[in-house]
Amino acid sequence: MRTLIRPAVLRTRRGRTVYWSVLALVLLLFTAAFVIPLYWMGTGAMKSAREAAQSPPTYVPHEWHPGNFAEAWQELDLTRYFLNTLLLVGGAWLFQLAVQIPAAYALSKLRPRYGNVVLGLMLVTLMMPVTALLVPVYLTVVDVPLLDLNLIDTPWAVWLPAGANAFNVYILKNFFDRVPDELLDAARIDGAGPVTTMVRVVLPLSRPIIAVVSILSIVTAWKDFVWPLVVLPDPAHQPISVFLQRVAPDVPLNILVAGLVLASAPLIALFLVFQRQILSGLTAGSLKG
Amino acid sequence: MSAATGTPVKSPHPPAASTGPHGPHDPAERERARARRRARLAEHVTGYGFLCAALIVFALFSWYPIARNVALAFQEVNFATGNSWVGLENFRRLADDPLTVTAWRNSALFTLYALLLGYAVPFVTAIVVNEFRHARAYFRVLVYLPVMLPPVVVALMWNWFYDPGPGLANELLRTLHLPTSAWIDSADTSLVSLVVVATWANMGTTTLIYLAALQTIPGELYEAAELDGANLWQRVRHVTIPQTRLVLLILMLLQIVATMQVFTEPFVMTGGGPDDSTVTVMLLIYRHAFVYDDFGTASALSLLLLIVLGLFSAAYLRLTRTRET
Repeated sequence: MRTLIRPAVLRTRRGRTVYWSVLALVLLLFTAAFVIPLYWMGTGAMKSAREAAQSPPTYVPHEWHPGNFAEAWQELDLTRYFLNTLLLVGGAWLFQLAVQIPAAYALSKLRPRYGNVVLGLMLVTLMMPVTALLVPVYLTVVDVPLLDLNLIDTPWAVWLPAGANAFNVYILKNFFDRVPDELLDAARIDGAGPVTTMVRVVLPLSRPIIAVVSILSIVTAWKDFVWPLVVLPDPAHQPISVFLQRVAPDVPLNILVAGLVLASAPLIALFLVFQRQILSGLTAGSLKG
Repeated sequence: MSAATGTPVKSPHPPAASTGPHGPHDPAERERARARRRARLAEHVTGYGFLCAALIVFALFSWYPIARNVALAFQEVNFATGNSWVGLENFRRLADDPLTVTAWRNSALFTLYALLLGYAVPFVTAIVVNEFRHARAYFRVLVYLPVMLPPVVVALMWNWFYDPGPGLANELLRTLHLPTSAWIDSADTSLVSLVVVATWANMGTTTLIYLAALQTIPGELYEAAELDGANLWQRVRHVTIPQTRLVLLILMLLQIVATMQVFTEPFVMTGGGPDDSTVTVMLLIYRHAFVYDDFGTASALSLLLLIVLGLFSAAYLRLTRTRET
C-alpha cells in the first residue's frame, strides 16, 4: 500500500540507508523505553534484598534468587489475594455477559416499544466518566434503594455496578444488528421461542464479539483499583492491586517487585494469547463508543 | 448510532394493508387486528423481559447515581440521621478551601502536559511506524504491553524507578552522564514525572488507534500531492492530518476526559505531595469523601467535574456520530 513515502524512493540506495537507520533508531528507542522497565522489574524480583535496595543499583544481578517468587507468594499470602481477584473478575465477567447479551439482543432483534429510548439513556451514561461518579455510586452501594442492602465488603459491590456498561451493550447490539433477520424468522417458523433463538442461532454466530467483550471486561476488572479500594475496606476481601498498594511500604523491595511481577503475569499471558482479539477489539470498538 | 439519530423502530410484523377485502367493519378482520395487537404486545413484553436485568442495573448503578449526585451536592450526608438540605454550603466550603484551586490547576496542568507528551508522541510514532515494512507486529505488541499492566503495578514500579538512590531513572542518567533529577520528590518535577508514567502506561491505545486510522488513507492522495510537488512535511500537513482529523479530535477528547480524572498515579505514588503539587481533583474528591467523611462536599466537587467532563464527552459523542453517518 502506498504511504507517505514513495516505494521507489525506498528502493534507491539513499532511501534504503535512511530507512534502515530510522528503523534501527526507532527500534532501539522503543525497546529501551518499553523493555528496559520490564527487564528491570523482572531482574529486580530476583535480586537479594540488599542488592535491590543498593545505591547505585546493578544492571545485572550479582546473584540470582528465583526463589524470591516462591517467597513472595508465601510471605504475601498471594494465594488468598489471587483467589479474591479471580472471584471479583470472574463474577464481574459472567454477570456482565448475563446482563448485557440479553439486553443487546432485545434492543437489536426484539425491538420492544421505546427500545431506542432505553438505548439512548444507556449511551448517555457513556458521557459520565465512571471515576467521577465514585461518590454517588458508593453511597448507592452502601444502601441500595428499595432493597435496603449494604453491599460493602461483598463481591456484589464490584459485580453489580460492572453490569452497567453501556459500551459493551452498544458493541454487542451493533454486532447482532448484522445477523440477518431471515435466520431468526426461520428459527421462529421452526417453533423456536426468543430464548432458544438467541442461544442457538445468534450466540453461536457472535463468538468473535463475545470474545472481545469478555476480554474487555476481564482486563478492566483486573486493572480496576479505585472502586475495590473504597467498597472492599476489609483486607480479607481485597483484590491483589489494592493489597499490594496497601502493603508496599512495609515489604522488602525484592519481595514487593516479585509480587508486582506475579500480579501482572495473568494479564500479560492473556494478552500474548489473545493479541489478535484484543488489538482488533481496540480499533473496532473505541472509535464507535 | 441508530438510536440517537432516531431510526424508526422496524416491526417484525409490518401492518398489513389497512383494510381487508371486506372493509374495516368486517368482524373477522377486526378479530385479526386484535390478534395482531396482542401478538405485538406479547413481543414488547418479551423484549422488556430480556432487558429487565440491564434496566435494573443501569437504574441502580448509573441513572440513579447521576441524578443523585446533583441532589447530594446540596445536601449534608449523615448516615445515622439522614441527609439534610444545606443549600450552597458545600460549594461555599469548596470555595473557602485553597486546595480546591490547587487541585483544579494541577488537574488542568496534568491534562495539558499529557496532551503535549501523550498525544504528540503516539502521533509521531504512528506516522513513522506506518512507513516501516519490518517489525511492525513487534512495535504493536511493545507499545501495548504496558496497557495490560494493572495501574497499581505501574505506579509502584515507577515509584521504585524514581527513587533517587537505587532507582533506574537516575542510574540511566548517570550512565549517560546527564544531570540527575529529584523526580517525584520535588514539587517542581513531581507532576511532570507522573505524566511520564501515565503516558508510558497508556500511549499504546492511542498509537494503535491512530495507526489503524493511517491505514485508511488512500495512497492516491499521496501520489497526487507528490505530483503537485509537495515535500514530506507538506504531505503530512495537507494529506495525513486532514485525512485523520476526526480520529485526532476524538482521541484528543478521550484523552482529556481520561486525564482530568487521574487518580491512581498521584494516590499511589505521591499521595498528593510534595507541597500539594500533585493533588488532583479526583484525589481531593476521594479525600473529602473517604478521609474527611464529608460526602456532601465531595459530591459538590464531583458535580463540577461531571459538568466539565460532560461537555467534553458530549463533543466526543457528537463527533463519533458524524463519523458514522
